[in-house]
Amino acid sequence: MRLAWVALLAPVLAAQVPFERIVNADREPGSWLTYSRNYLGQRFSPLNQITPANVAQLKVKWAYQFDVPNNEVSPIVADGVMYVTGPNRAAALDLKTGRELWHWRRPIPADYQNIGFGRVNRGPAILDDRLFIATLDCYLVALDIKSGQERWSTQVADYKPGYSMTLAPLAYRGKVAVGISGGEAGIRGFVDAYDAKTGQRAWRFYTIPGPGEPGHDSWKTEAWQTGGGSTWVTGAYDADANLLYWGVGNPGPDWNGDPRPGDNLYTCSLVALDGDTGKLKWHFQFTPHDTHDWDSAHVPVLFDAVIRGQKRKVVANANRNAFYYVLDRENGQFLAGQAYSKQTWAKGLDDSGRPMEIPGTQPSDEGTLVWPNLNGATVWFSPSYSPALGLFYVAVRETGATYFKREADYKPGTFFAGGGQRELPPDDVWGAIRALDAASGKMAWEFKLNSPPWAGVLSTAGGLVFSGTTEGNFFALDAKTGKPLWDFQAGGGIGANPISFSIGNQQHIAIAADRVLYVFGL
Amino acid sequence: MRWIFGFLCVACAAAQTAPTAPEPAGDAALGQRRFESQCALCHGQDGSGGRGPNLRRPKLDHAPDDAALRKVIAEGIQPEMPGAWQLSPHEVASVAAYVRKIGAVPPEPVPGDAAHGEQVYKSKGCANCHMIRGTGSGFGPELSDIGSRRSVAFLRESIVAPQASVPDGFLMIEAVTASGATVRGVRLNEDTFSIQIKDQKGQFLSFRKADLKELRKQRGKSPMPSYQGSLTPEELTDLTAYLAGLRGKS
Repeated sequence: MRLAWVALLAPVLAAQVPFERIVNADREPGSWLTYSRNYLGQRFSPLNQITPANVAQLKVKWAYQFDVPNNEVSPIVADGVMYVTGPNRAAALDLKTGRELWHWRRPIPADYQNIGFGRVNRGPAILDDRLFIATLDCYLVALDIKSGQERWSTQVADYKPGYSMTLAPLAYRGKVAVGISGGEAGIRGFVDAYDAKTGQRAWRFYTIPGPGEPGHDSWKTEAWQTGGGSTWVTGAYDADANLLYWGVGNPGPDWNGDPRPGDNLYTCSLVALDGDTGKLKWHFQFTPHDTHDWDSAHVPVLFDAVIRGQKRKVVANANRNAFYYVLDRENGQFLAGQAYSKQTWAKGLDDSGRPMEIPGTQPSDEGTLVWPNLNGATVWFSPSYSPALGLFYVAVRETGATYFKREADYKPGTFFAGGGQRELPPDDVWGAIRALDAASGKMAWEFKLNSPPWAGVLSTAGGLVFSGTTEGNFFALDAKTGKPLWDFQAGGGIGANPISFSIGNQQHIAIAADRVLYVFGL
Repeated sequence: MRWIFGFLCVACAAAQTAPTAPEPAGDAALGQRRFESQCALCHGQDGSGGRGPNLRRPKLDHAPDDAALRKVIAEGIQPEMPGAWQLSPHEVASVAAYVRKIGAVPPEPVPGDAAHGEQVYKSKGCANCHMIRGTGSGFGPELSDIGSRRSVAFLRESIVAPQASVPDGFLMIEAVTASGATVRGVRLNEDTFSIQIKDQKGQFLSFRKADLKELRKQRGKSPMPSYQGSLTPEELTDLTAYLAGLRGKS
């Protein structure tokens, strides 16, 4: 009888990941329980077994092959299992061997169109006994972590007019938040939260305010209805304040601002939302009336810093528009900022943090050469913040482009871009990993890359920074100096974020490179 | 009669791919407008590439013929490229016409004696570096279809001033090794930590960048010598005519 009880209870109690475990992520540094490891968006690992002294001994321990290319996944690691995702697919892998424990697929509809981005997925979220995946055809799906079987799936939007989802959801305090892609298709963006148990929508925050809502007067015409404002990169969460921080994408049409006079709130902004209701607490717009496709689609990074002698709770953002910003995360006040990459469109930031735009830098019929290019000085891939060193690490793209303006006709489910760019020759562009003083944005060091990167950055308490290159190099730098210490040719371009975790008691690092996920250890 | 025969053959070929209605003719000007609003995001405003490939070339990997090109535009290439289902058949044909227009060098009058130009090509040692239809050396660019990719003026300039436009994949490198030796060759590949070079003997060399004393990228320099002065004006014109007539392997 006693045996039967144990057998019945064991599946219920084993391997749950309650909210408290994620909030207290530092208590279990061997796990990776949310997109950026902690809710603060820091992508910093407290593990310190791999150090500058031994990193050269890193070896591949196992690899996992995806059945699709260009994987961008940032896995979740919990209780001896690694959870990975791809477009409309997920798998649980044995952490010791990489062997599949289960996998899940959802067919991509034949008429689905990815307009302006790749068919990718950046990772899952975990909460309690569920794994959450956002699908290309706009379903949020909850899977049982033990079997991969569906608990529920909820339609977030209709994919046919151009909505899609590529991001890792953010699971917090009984809810799962997601954002939406489609900024090149004339969507009206939003951030949603769903009840983690039932899949019912708890709230929606539209990033383009409708008539009568604050901010609507920043749209002088009916253009707000196709105003864009996608939300395609995972946000951060301050559990004490119960505030979600989420980046908002470009206005539409991208390169032709004529049909949408005004600042076009809340595009190219950071919004702070109440976790229970989705109500806007504050916003900060980085690029008013953007015409270069500079989404503020970045992981917001939360930390405490001393600014002008005063300790502040801040949120930092290395923006696609080439400026680094430090904001008070309680009220959105601009505290510090400066360019961290070559830019030719603004004289600088004024005292409120608003860019002082240089006339003549807008896209034009004949083309206008501007730095950075439409992909920005950095883009969706994650930065990293080291609380140990007070440094903010960012993968930087040093490239301009000639921007063209064209007419844009809105037709649901088609490109609504109003122009485009001509890129610079490959040998005229480059990249870097830069370490910025997190409180000011002043550069501490840089490590140059052969080409503009598409990979995120991980920093560790062992004193290392990991990232990857478009040519397939996965590498480690000294976190204090930027000195290269180890590199590995992965055989495929890296466009993903690294993570660190423990197998047994040993620190490991994982990165996806095109079709392969590698796990490295000493 | 010959014209009618030709017409019949075209109709016959079309019947094999599209048994129902004939393909609509394309309007390249309309195609340019649709391209710039619907395709330029990935392929670049002038088709020179970006996230998607450069289309300013006569041979496209997924579109060996016009029917295939129209199919690619309409249906896309999964998973990278969405299909343009919103375009009418006439618009699809127009985009295809525009893509062909920017990719092809239109036929133009070519002065000179191509047959004599072929003799010049052989006697001046061009085949020591270039390959045409399987004959010659692969050190320089393959030339079997160079006439469809480059204008007559461009070809002429490439012979007398090859440094004016060094083709992709032929960047000259000078690498100074730890021992002080200088290695010269063309860059085959490069990443942040290493570079691969082919020297003039055709040897592959690979270096860790950290191991090199110096790495010089000689932009604007061509491995090909100028033939200014070593060709008579007549030879230059005839060699250009020969190259302009090279429009494919078969």
